[in-house]
Amino acid sequence: MSGTAPRDGADRDPGLQPERTRLAWRRTTLAGTVAALLAMKSTLRGGTSAASVTVCALCGALWLGFLLVAHRRIRVLSATNSPTPLAPRHATTGALLTVALAVCGAALVF
Amino acid sequence: MIGFAQNVRLWFAPQDLRQEGGTPDYRFSLANERTFLAWLRTALALIGGGFAVDQFLPDLRWGWRVALALALLAAGVLCSLRAVNHWVRCERAMRRGEDLPVSRFPALLSLAVAIVAVVMVFAVLVGWEG
Repeated sequence: MSGTAPRDGADRDPGLQPERTRLAWRRTTLAGTVAALLAMKSTLRGGTSAASVTVCALCGALWLGFLLVAHRRIRVLSATNSPTPLAPRHATTGALLTVALAVCGAALVF
Repeated sequence: MIGFAQNVRLWFAPQDLRQEGGTPDYRFSLANERTFLAWLRTALALIGGGFAVDQFLPDLRWGWRVALALALLAAGVLCSLRAVNHWVRCERAMRRGEDLPVSRFPALLSLAVAIVAVVMVFAVLVGWEG
């Protein structure tokens, strides 16, 4: 903490920005998991018709997609000390997967 | 509205964003990314709330239940689209060295959540009888 003695990784960001961002992705994945589990639970509530199984599988696929986006970003974040900014395509993908989950939810309510 | 359409183009075009201005300190970009993720979590929580209303309030009258669930889901959709839009705008402003964009969305979302909460109380009190 005193910063007098140089140590390994002296160029490491003292604010731990990449680590905090990595953990933010983890938290978001966790929130997505809860939402997807709630979605899948509510698809299978009314029995296992073909339609409900399809929507359930779709929710699982959306969750998997979000997991992939988060995993790729986490790998970039943990690879270097000054990672590149998030690509707009990744941000958009994450947001659109969330929207798709909500659309599945709207279809399930009826 | 035209500005929004231009922003939507930026959502999918990293090279266009990168042509603007200079690259800011990576820490600012990471902070922007974390803010985006926090908004995305808010959106996911709203969507999860929509599912929860649908599932865990089965005694509620059908109309109330569907309306509340759809309101929460719609709020989640708005929140996530706005999250990526605001992220793009902040990123561009930082590259150009401009002020960060201001937004009335947080105030609107707070009001919407407050209204849903009040409606929820009435729904539970009044609509329980079915």
